Amino acid sequence: MDSLSVIVNGISMGAIYGLIALGLTLIFGIMKIINFAHGALLMLSMMCSYWTWKYTGINPYLLIIMIAPVMFVIGYSTERFFIKPVLDAQKDVREPIAVLLLTAAFAIVLENLSLMLFGADYVMAKTTVTDATIAFGGVTLSAARFYALIIALVISGGFYLFLQYTELGRKLRSCGQDRNTASLMGIDVPKTFAIAFGIGTALLAVAAITLLPFYYVHPTVGNVFMTKAFIVVVLGGLGSVPGALLGGIIIGLIESIGAQYMTATLTTVIVYAIFLLILFIKPSGLFGSRLEW
Amino acid sequence: MIMKLLTIKNLNSGYGDIKVIKNVSLEINTGEIVSIVGANGAGKTTLLKTISGVIPAESGEIVFDGKRIEHLPPHMITDLGIIQVPEGRRIFPMFTVYENLLIGSVLPRTIKERKNNLERVFELLPRLAERKTQVGSTLSGGEQQMLAIGRALMGMPRILMLDEPSLGLSPKLVSTVFEIISKINSQGITVVLVEQNVKQALKLSQRAYVLENGMIALEGSAEKIINDPQVKKAYLGL
Ligand SMILES: Nc1ncnc2c1ncn2[C@@H]1O[C@H](COP(=O)(O)OP(=O)(O)OP(=O)(O)O)[C@@H](O)[C@H]1O
Ligand SMILES: [Mg+2]
Repeated sequence: MDSLSVIVNGISMGAIYGLIALGLTLIFGIMKIINFAHGALLMLSMMCSYWTWKYTGINPYLLIIMIAPVMFVIGYSTERFFIKPVLDAQKDVREPIAVLLLTAAFAIVLENLSLMLFGADYVMAKTTVTDATIAFGGVTLSAARFYALIIALVISGGFYLFLQYTELGRKLRSCGQDRNTASLMGIDVPKTFAIAFGIGTALLAVAAITLLPFYYVHPTVGNVFMTKAFIVVVLGGLGSVPGALLGGIIIGLIESIGAQYMTATLTTVIVYAIFLLILFIKPSGLFGSRLEW
Repeated sequence: MIMKLLTIKNLNSGYGDIKVIKNVSLEINTGEIVSIVGANGAGKTTLLKTISGVIPAESGEIVFDGKRIEHLPPHMITDLGIIQVPEGRRIFPMFTVYENLLIGSVLPRTIKERKNNLERVFELLPRLAERKTQVGSTLSGGEQQMLAIGRALMGMPRILMLDEPSLGLSPKLVSTVFEIISKINSQGITVVLVEQNVKQALKLSQRAYVLENGMIALEGSAEKIINDPQVKKAYLGL
């Protein structure tokens, strides 16, 4: 591959990492919960998208308008029925450990359920985009990756604007800064938390669909992305939206450029090394501030 | 005719096993300024938190405008027009002054009136208009207090409860804050004022309650309280 497409591929994969990390950072920023089920929910989004595509043949990109609302409802209900009761029981704990364990357990349940329902096979949605390429001033790019990049950038940007400038975005951010005071403003904090969890999960649906044409789906596919999302989020600064995107792109670039010169294992080592180095220099991450919202 | 706006009967509340508010009963009439004074740790903040629904009432009644409210969540109590300016201002640190004011009017009831209310708040607190785009965390203590009051006004209070609004302010600013409270009251908003600045608070109020160890130790007209020998000794340093 020529160097330009290596870079574009890296940025594109990185933008997807960023997109996945966005939900993680949102849920953390607002609820102060680290959602260990994030990867499993990505897997669920991919499974839902894959099987819907398989049976209906609808263009995967169009599936976004179907799968994203479904995942929103799944995320919203998960918060309402499973996380909220535990949160309520640990009301005065700012970062409750029991919720952490709960999300980890939820991830295991989801993985095993999908193993039971869909089997352990590796599947991929081979659509017309899968092998298509786009020629761009002499460089050929994989169409699926190019679309993924565009979608990830548009959604991340849109999400940032949504948080900054809409009524709901402001409500979400206020809960992240000071939930008690937010409730004094007349904000229904428990409901806002459920919405945050729903949005974080719906963002996964978008990521899932961008991955669908070129990435294998299987019950543990979430784990790969989960680890990366953690690195991305910590790298970019926990709770920061631009940080998630930038962190994602950095990791994506290291991986794709690294892959040209060394084995995948070694690139992983380098990813971790750079991750540690940045944390060493700037422990709060690139855009780090615990008060980001 | 005196109209009871808020009535509290035999209220008990606290934090888990820690009982703080013990059998408190009090009344707030429409249009009044009522002070609640007491030493550190007497339970003033806890009382306001219980009224606002931030912590649950263990037993007793809170009646607002004829309705029992002690079981309601905080956002619904705010929607009724019981608005609190919390202790320590609690400005949203990452929000600009403008965003802080907007977040004070997120309820359908207040969102409609947002534009008018913004104008009124800027008129009452012109300093906020100058600092509209400044981030909350960078405001001075006095400016933060103004903002906390302005934000509460955006919620169109029927009762405004202020928890130590003069805390940490210079004497001149303290007077300014009390003037503002008086102005707000003259616009028809009932005020509950929690203060350690007993003398000035009582001057402004019609009535007062003295809270000691979570119980009402004394109540009556501001004049009566200010002349009480115990109060003079304990709170006025006379
Ligand atoms: N979150 C909490 N958990 C447990 N105990 C608390 C909590 N908050 C306050 N208390 C206790 O409740 C009692 C009353 O506190 P409160 O803050 O209501 O007093 P206050 O009258 O507002 O005092 P101050 O004038 O210092 O603000 C104190 O003994 C305090 O230690
Ligand atoms: Mg207090």
